Amino acid sequence: MSTPPSSAATASTPPSSAATAGRVRPAQRRPFPLVRHSLALMVRSLIKLRRTPEQLFDVVATPVLFMAIFVYVFGGAISGSPKEYLQFVVPGLLAQMLAFVAVPIGINLNTDITKGIFDRFRALPIPRAAPLVGAVMGDIVRYSTTIAVTLGFGLLVGFRITTSIWAAAAAVALALLFALCMSWISVWFGLIARTPGAVSGILYTLIMPLTFASTIFVPASTLPGWLQGFVRANPLTHLVGALRGLLTGGAVSGPLVWTLAWCAGFVVVFVPLALRAYRRRT
Amino acid sequence: MADTSEIVIEAEGLIKNFGRTRALRGVDLSVRRGTVLGVLGPNGAGKTTAVRIFATLIEPDGGHARVAGYDVAKHPQKVREAIGLTGQYASVDEDLTGRQNLVLIGMLLDLRLGEARARAAELLDWFDLADAADRIAKTYSGGMRRRLDLASSLVGHPEIVFLDEPTTGLDPAKREEMWGVVRSLVTEGSTVLLTTQYLEEADALADEITVIDHGRVIAHDTPDGLKRIVGARTLEVRPADLADVERVDRILRDVAPGASVEVVRAGILAVPVADESAMTEAVARLAAQGIGVIELSLHLPSLDEVFFTLTGQPVDDDDGRPAGAGRPSAPGATAGDAR
Repeated sequence: MSTPPSSAATASTPPSSAATAGRVRPAQRRPFPLVRHSLALMVRSLIKLRRTPEQLFDVVATPVLFMAIFVYVFGGAISGSPKEYLQFVVPGLLAQMLAFVAVPIGINLNTDITKGIFDRFRALPIPRAAPLVGAVMGDIVRYSTTIAVTLGFGLLVGFRITTSIWAAAAAVALALLFALCMSWISVWFGLIARTPGAVSGILYTLIMPLTFASTIFVPASTLPGWLQGFVRANPLTHLVGALRGLLTGGAVSGPLVWTLAWCAGFVVVFVPLALRAYRRRT
Repeated sequence: MADTSEIVIEAEGLIKNFGRTRALRGVDLSVRRGTVLGVLGPNGAGKTTAVRIFATLIEPDGGHARVAGYDVAKHPQKVREAIGLTGQYASVDEDLTGRQNLVLIGMLLDLRLGEARARAAELLDWFDLADAADRIAKTYSGGMRRRLDLASSLVGHPEIVFLDEPTTGLDPAKREEMWGVVRSLVTEGSTVLLTTQYLEEADALADEITVIDHGRVIAHDTPDGLKRIVGARTLEVRPADLADVERVDRILRDVAPGASVEVVRAGILAVPVADESAMTEAVARLAAQGIGVIELSLHLPSLDEVFFTLTGQPVDDDDGRPAGAGRPSAPGATAGDAR
């Protein structure tokens, strides 16, 4: 550590030539800061993911494990044969996996806060939402992997898409959209919880009953009346309905509209909550 | 040269409460452009809270804070464009390399990719991190992380730099390096607000010192003015042979006429002296009489002594002040460091 960076030594760097009185920021403010800064922070997430690919272990192993258990252990008892149950449960498992995969983002954000890295972002002249949006966008890789593994493994063991390639593509797009919107719940918890452990504790406790008290594993008609009301309001029920319609046929428009409404609801409620929590976090 | 009459950091009656804890109870301070203000105080005095308000991380409950001409509560984005912040705990992304950390900050400051890379390389060179540039920060030592953290806050050539206890926990050599960085920042025209628990550090770097305690300013002066208030330096000598204590005592009386020589710890004699020349004098006399010495030091009053003088009370330790804040490990406590 001898000399400060001098403008003469590095002619290729205009920034350092500003070493005079009343120095200004080297760069002009450029347009679309939210988009550019979110993208930069998304790249940060992706670099971290590439460095520790074991972060993807859960999104690969969990769908495989759950499908094996539900199809071969419970399938016969529920539907008469594993083969028949497979057609019913694959769209359901897809919805359940998407609910699970939204949890780690909150844990990661909470870790960032605990380590102080978010203080640095908050002291920079960037849009307040950028670190959060960047983290959510970086999670697209995890969501896509989840969808690919769940559908891929399902197809491998005998699940058949009986609609069209376009309907299937729409199902994938809907699944991705739902995960992106729902992840804001996790983002919010990540910002208000005191420790990373608390984030996972709270979220898994909420998501577990939500995934089982739905039409993911059984039709609503098999449930007691008092539970049916909850199941019919459950956003995962609507998502599963739409995915089943798009992948294996049946009514699409009703559950699709409800699913999109829930997606909008998540964004409208939890994005402002998350931004407020981010601003207030001390 | 920067116009040093312009005030670029200013607080008026700053108040901040955390629940029932009154972190700041009406702090006033100001820093002129191109100068260094040392904010001196023990843990829990409110130093970090004040820095976090200036850096727009938290909002004050009362009073005003202006940085670079903008109110921190009303125009936080304008303030953020002018500042760099290095916290007490190095906030670097451990999963990225040193270079990636700096390039990311550059991109967030709207540099183009090429510019961000060039600036990162420049800072890595300056902070002696070029060899470790492409290793992930998790593998860095504590000192390296501190340097990367400081480098991160300088990517955008901020005109105002906040350093929150930049040397706490660093060994003396690393501390000297950090001091060098602060001095070159000022040479380049930056304005620096630095918090510290060491009078030595504030004395070495700051143009003015504000002492805060329990969320209040209890003194503000130049380093020389403050030293006049809190008392002279102390010369401590520990003879190798206890039998020499008498002769050392006589020498100390001679170099500091009128002052009283005290035994501060077993076998260690201390005397307040007016300036550094007393040390040279003492060394010469000790050598002339052939007295062996195993410890010889000249130090400024420790934070505890400063506070005792200013408040008449010892430093309140209920905030769990870490070891190292007191005299034994204060910087410059050894003869080699005395300036």
